[in-house]
Amino acid sequence: MNKKQKQMVWRIVIAFVMLVLIMVGEHTGMSDRIQPHALLALICLIPYLIIGYDILYKAGRNIRNGQVFDENFLMMIATFGAFGVGEYSEAVAVMLFYQVGELFQGYAVGKSRQSISDMMDICPEYANVEEDGVLAQVDPDDVEVGTIIVIKPGERIPLDGVVVEGESMIDTAALTGESVPRRASAGDTIISGCVNGSGTLKVRTTKEFDDSTVARILELVENASSKKAHVENFITRFAKYYTPIVTIGAVFLAVVPPAVLALTGAGSFGALLGTWLYRACTFLVISCPCALVISVPLGFFGGIGAASRIGVLVKGSNYLEAVAEVDTIVFDKTGTLTKGEFKVSEVLPAALGQEELLELAALGEGYSTHPIAASIRDAYGKTLDMERVANTEEISGHGIHTFIDGREVYLGNAKLMESLQIPFTKPDRAGTVVYIALAGEFAGTIVIADRVKEGAKEALAAMKQVGVKKTVMLTGDRKEAAESVAKELGIDEVHYELLPDDKVSKVEQLLAEEPPKARLAFVGDGINDAPVLTRADVGIAMGSMGSDAAIEAADVVLMDDDVRKIASVVRISRKTLHIVKQNIVFALAVKVLVLVLGATGYANMWAAVFADVGVSVLAILNSMRTLRMDQKNK
Amino acid sequence: MKKKFKLQDLDCANCAAKMEEAIKKIDGVNDASMSFMTQKLTIDAADDRFEAIMDEVEKVCAKVEPDMKILR
Repeated sequence: MNKKQKQMVWRIVIAFVMLVLIMVGEHTGMSDRIQPHALLALICLIPYLIIGYDILYKAGRNIRNGQVFDENFLMMIATFGAFGVGEYSEAVAVMLFYQVGELFQGYAVGKSRQSISDMMDICPEYANVEEDGVLAQVDPDDVEVGTIIVIKPGERIPLDGVVVEGESMIDTAALTGESVPRRASAGDTIISGCVNGSGTLKVRTTKEFDDSTVARILELVENASSKKAHVENFITRFAKYYTPIVTIGAVFLAVVPPAVLALTGAGSFGALLGTWLYRACTFLVISCPCALVISVPLGFFGGIGAASRIGVLVKGSNYLEAVAEVDTIVFDKTGTLTKGEFKVSEVLPAALGQEELLELAALGEGYSTHPIAASIRDAYGKTLDMERVANTEEISGHGIHTFIDGREVYLGNAKLMESLQIPFTKPDRAGTVVYIALAGEFAGTIVIADRVKEGAKEALAAMKQVGVKKTVMLTGDRKEAAESVAKELGIDEVHYELLPDDKVSKVEQLLAEEPPKARLAFVGDGINDAPVLTRADVGIAMGSMGSDAAIEAADVVLMDDDVRKIASVVRISRKTLHIVKQNIVFALAVKVLVLVLGATGYANMWAAVFADVGVSVLAILNSMRTLRMDQKNK
Repeated sequence: MKKKFKLQDLDCANCAAKMEEAIKKIDGVNDASMSFMTQKLTIDAADDRFEAIMDEVEKVCAKVEPDMKILR
């Protein structure tokens, strides 16, 4: 609690004690003995002023500035009204409870704001720079690119850089939500915002602070609350009309019913005016839309916070809202669902044994730097005796011609076999195929395929579970490769052999097929699909720990490239929207109810105060639930 | 030019919305956003008279919430 709040607590306590005394007096009839009656009003004025002087001051000041429908002003009118109709203690009580509510509301909002900013507390405070053999703590802003910084155990990494000395485990949880630390040693790139484990590292910085990952992420998260969701805009618009309408309603209520009733002979205008004035005052108390104006953005803020906790950056409340409505997810294949790395998936010998064929291929590809050659060598795994290989030559666009143990070997694609006029069989498998011929005879094939990412299958299953209706995969790959991946992962629809431009038009076509209230998300690695990312309702990109292109183009960034997080984000966003809607319905329902009851005389000013600040506090508490969502989803 | 300012003593969410509305109406302001949650004001305004615009922003805000300070 800050100083202002502590002071308020005292004012509340003092006013409360005085109010209790006054009320005891009223109930025991002691106050009736106080004559004249105006003296009682004066006594009540003391706690009233203690608790409400700032409200009166602000009300007066704001009126001067032309702010008519200001909540302070409305509270002033309402309590003056209560005084006017002789409800002195009630006027004090209303002001008192209004202040209690405001205090609690301020405290709760401050608390949740604090817990969100703690959660995003990834900003490093200093960097250790060695100067003349002594370590000095420097503002990360002042460190130039190429400076050697020292990161001690347990410290936050202040700037992006490359490790030059030392070895340690790095805790990336704050950025990626990944709880397993990753190893870093000389030559590895490390990212600012992560926490160093047990070893001391010397790091050469590669970026200035403003361009470093941590600064960019912080900026993104801070800007996120400025991109407002539809619901938020609706509330702002609503608030603009709500207060004036209720206030006009109050004026109407104070004047028209007593006038009509007096004309119909139900009583004298003067006597009726008191009752209706009181009812009008209850209206004024409810006229602030605070519950909605605070709790709705707070809910979204919490939702974005919860997402960033699991390593997913959502760039605005509007995107969080859109994610909740996603029913179709379109994936780019390479780098998103598959690793973009190659691995031998099958060895299909025609003449030799499997191991023998693989050895032959590994030896033949022994000198090649091509990724396919590397994957064959990896699959073989043993050390290669390159002395068995002689006279290797590369036949460009076809493959390799070499001699192994004196026997002539050809390795390459189908075109090579055709040009050699060696009969061969095409395997019916997805991926890149290497054909091997030994001494003029077809010896077999090796199939190399891109590997499906770990967890991709679960990711798709989880998406279906959270209510995504359709999954689509787009790829530039051949039909077989595309279809086998789609089948393995359980994807509903595949479009293959697409050029980059085709991807945009395909997504546009899918967008056109969407029902009006549903949204389409595109998931890509962000490297060459920026146009598609921007075209889709929600662009989700792989952040690969800070890749610029992805962070720029996308609306949602998966910091650790884990597609499984998509389902979690959908869940978080739905939950956030659910809570926000709960608050809107709850607040409006209570307010309308109390307005109706107030107008008919069933609700007094106490109920009105509850409908105002009480509802606000409850809505804030409800919104704070968004902060804790991530723990359940992990 | 887009700039961000920290706000001190912004206590009321409804006022933030009102101020944002008023700031957007200032001549030369392309866009503005006042976040009650982060206690920050983001403003996108014409480069050449940015300071003058900011003075006006302060004036407008003082009308709604005189207690709030924009840390420039």
